[in-house]
Amino acid sequence: MRMISRRDAMALGAFVAVAGHTGVIASPVEAESEIAKFSAGATPRTGNITIDLPEIAENGNSVPLAIAIDSPMTERDHVSEVLVVAERNPRPVIAKFQFTLMAGRAQASTRIRLASSQSIIVLAKTNSGALLMGQKPVKVTIGGCGG
Amino acid sequence: MAEKPRIKLPSQARKGEIIEIKTLVSHAMENGLRRDQNGVTIPRKIINRFVCEFNGQLVFRCDLDTAVAANPYLQFFAKVEGDGTFRFSWTDDDGSTLTAEERIIVTA
Repeated sequence: MRMISRRDAMALGAFVAVAGHTGVIASPVEAESEIAKFSAGATPRTGNITIDLPEIAENGNSVPLAIAIDSPMTERDHVSEVLVVAERNPRPVIAKFQFTLMAGRAQASTRIRLASSQSIIVLAKTNSGALLMGQKPVKVTIGGCGG
Repeated sequence: MAEKPRIKLPSQARKGEIIEIKTLVSHAMENGLRRDQNGVTIPRKIINRFVCEFNGQLVFRCDLDTAVAANPYLQFFAKVEGDGTFRFSWTDDDGSTLTAEERIIVTA
């Protein structure tokens, strides 16, 4: 029988440490399934979405987030639905926005909770069925999801 | 949800103008992941839906999840074509709803 080397032991320890966290931190797989559900088969096009987030969020309990989708917001061409996802949050979906022509602009902002450093993904659907996607990384100093 | 929501929007606008609306309501947005001193999970209780209507027509809606921070703040826009009333509503997990109304005068 082979002795377990120090390196193996370290690797095992690291694995256990990561595995021990899976109950708290959602895997990006869950985020992906939410994105797939929202996309309904459409392939997203990158661009036209501005995501405003601090580069480093010191307190994950309240992180200002602003999204803006470049859209004429006319009868013929407007954004109808927006999904905001934090891929490493315990519950990846942060919010869903619904805009109408009466909103005039496909823009909104709020304050969110982030469990750890990760990427925020924004998907926007237009009335013509086009799907837009934007992404922005954010570093979080102190996580804000309890647990 | 006893406290009055805070709403900021202009009292007057020009026809066709896009105005900014800011809302804030006091709420713990308990995410259901935290535990109390005895290790018992504190049940989830959040505002899960916000709706803004103008003269009965939908302007903006937000389905909030547990990752929206306490005292949910929402900023968005509305295009006004005439006088009317904005109606705002916040729906809690417990089914209760908080509402508020604001009038706006639109000039040509």
